[in-house]
Amino acid sequence: MSPLKQTLLNLNTHAKTVLLPVIGIAIFLFLWTIAANSINTSLGKFPAPSSVVTQMVNLFDEHNAERDKADAFYERQEVRNAKRIAKDPEYVPKVRTYTGKETFLDQIITSLVTVMSGFILAAAIAIPLGIAIGLSKGLNTAINPIIQIFKPVSPLAWLPLVTMAVSALYVSDDPYFAKSFINSLITVTLCSIWPMIINTSVGVAGINKDWDNVSKVLSLPKLKHIQKIVLPAAIPSIFTGMRMSLGVAWMVLIAAEMLAQNPGLGKFVWDEFQNGSSASLSRIMTAVVVIGFIGFLLDLIMQKIQYVVSWDKASAER
Amino acid sequence: MSTLLNISNIDMVFPTPKGDFTALKNVDLQIKKGEFISLIGHSGCGKSTVLNVVAGLYQATSGGVLLNNKEVSKPGPERAVVFQNHSLLPWLTCYQNVELAVKEVFKGKMTGQEMKDWINHNISLVHMDHATDKLPDEISGGMKQRIGIARALAMQPEVLLMDEPFGALDALTRAHMQDSLMEIQDELNNTVIMITHDVDEAVLLSDRIVMMTNGPSATVGEILEVNLPRPRNRITLAKDPAYNELRAKVLEFLYEKQRKVEPITTKTANTKKTTKVA
Repeated sequence: MSPLKQTLLNLNTHAKTVLLPVIGIAIFLFLWTIAANSINTSLGKFPAPSSVVTQMVNLFDEHNAERDKADAFYERQEVRNAKRIAKDPEYVPKVRTYTGKETFLDQIITSLVTVMSGFILAAAIAIPLGIAIGLSKGLNTAINPIIQIFKPVSPLAWLPLVTMAVSALYVSDDPYFAKSFINSLITVTLCSIWPMIINTSVGVAGINKDWDNVSKVLSLPKLKHIQKIVLPAAIPSIFTGMRMSLGVAWMVLIAAEMLAQNPGLGKFVWDEFQNGSSASLSRIMTAVVVIGFIGFLLDLIMQKIQYVVSWDKASAER
Repeated sequence: MSTLLNISNIDMVFPTPKGDFTALKNVDLQIKKGEFISLIGHSGCGKSTVLNVVAGLYQATSGGVLLNNKEVSKPGPERAVVFQNHSLLPWLTCYQNVELAVKEVFKGKMTGQEMKDWINHNISLVHMDHATDKLPDEISGGMKQRIGIARALAMQPEVLLMDEPFGALDALTRAHMQDSLMEIQDELNNTVIMITHDVDEAVLLSDRIVMMTNGPSATVGEILEVNLPRPRNRITLAKDPAYNELRAKVLEFLYEKQRKVEPITTKTANTKKTTKVA
């Protein structure tokens, strides 16, 4: 093949990987705009892409404004305290934290912290449990019905129970974590634990018979067998489970925050809905886009981690 | 020399949903130290089952295996296995694959440096020094099998069990591997049981060829002594009447006495395979 032809072909494949998604997005935005313009709600027209862009800028500006206000507050407080100490050296200054409303960016951070905490807790339980289930047929038979029954339960059903249980059990005068955070975290854990348990146990149970035999011939002790053979062998399945779980966790979190008024993106959506201003719908739509984008990013990060950690590079590329 | 490994009257019965399936019946075989034994027979005749019983991966239904007069009840590194599909751990480099075995077998008996030297020694024994830090997916099938052999040799087994070690390789690579194995064997003089269904391979490598009858209830049919002088060379042997005579005897056993009449649709005939999976 001539070099020129090769270059053209390369260009062609490059163009396809870049151009086709761009065309897809352009068509989607066009259809969205048309659809948005033809839906009239009591809060005005359905938000079009353009209003999402506007709101994104607004939300960012509001965040900066809020930060300035907070800085100003602390500055004033410092000046005031300094004055009083100058007058009366005995005075112990009172430092108050700023209690302005949480901005969109704050809510994003809160949601991310919550989802990661819930997810990590779920993984810490699910992966060892999945390995145990995968290794023991008896345990699998015993636990499987429970997994199958709880797996399809919606977070909305768990939430009231979790809220009440947390209120009853998490009693502390000076709680390190807010109750709302614990509520969201446990709900996320309860819903995202299942795909990890199932995938880990399937990966462990389906370990290549030859590798198992290698371990037997070497007479590896149980713990070493798990560490040297089982765990690495199951890594691809464990990651599949983790990626599914993180997706579920993110979806569940938004629902839990909405329903329970826990701080985070879900609360932002709910507050905007209750607020009912002319900008509300486009702000909600902005949140929807951001939620989707973060979910996509989370999966992308997991995929990158999988690519680094897993020996099975092919499965990491899916 | 006295018997090192005594396979004493083993029966192997697999329970299946349709009733018991007798894979092996009364398999009896004594192997001396330093002997190279080939097990040959049609597929499905239970060769692998014999090997797995010796390895300790299966428990014989009746009868037993004695190694140095001690009964074999579970797998162990003194009966190292070279598996058909190399079975290297894909997340470990060639070196680490051998290292896993050496560390387990010689912990407390060798210093770190001794282990390192021993691992490298075994890797160079199979001529794989150039690929110590490669992952199994980065080397060819023949090379993987070399590392598989190095791993088994590194355990310093009393018996080396090889389950169709070259079955998955192309003919040229296979010939090359057989030559390498003979070379190693000249040096180490291991006791080996090798499963094969390659007649030439069996005659070329073995001291004795154990021919198995067709299953179910497979057993040892005939045992053929191969008294060809060593070292053996495949090219000179090709014209050797004694070699051809032995070859003919094995062929006769396989294709006349134990001719396998299998229907074209083999799925239903392969009951043994399905029990193994289940």
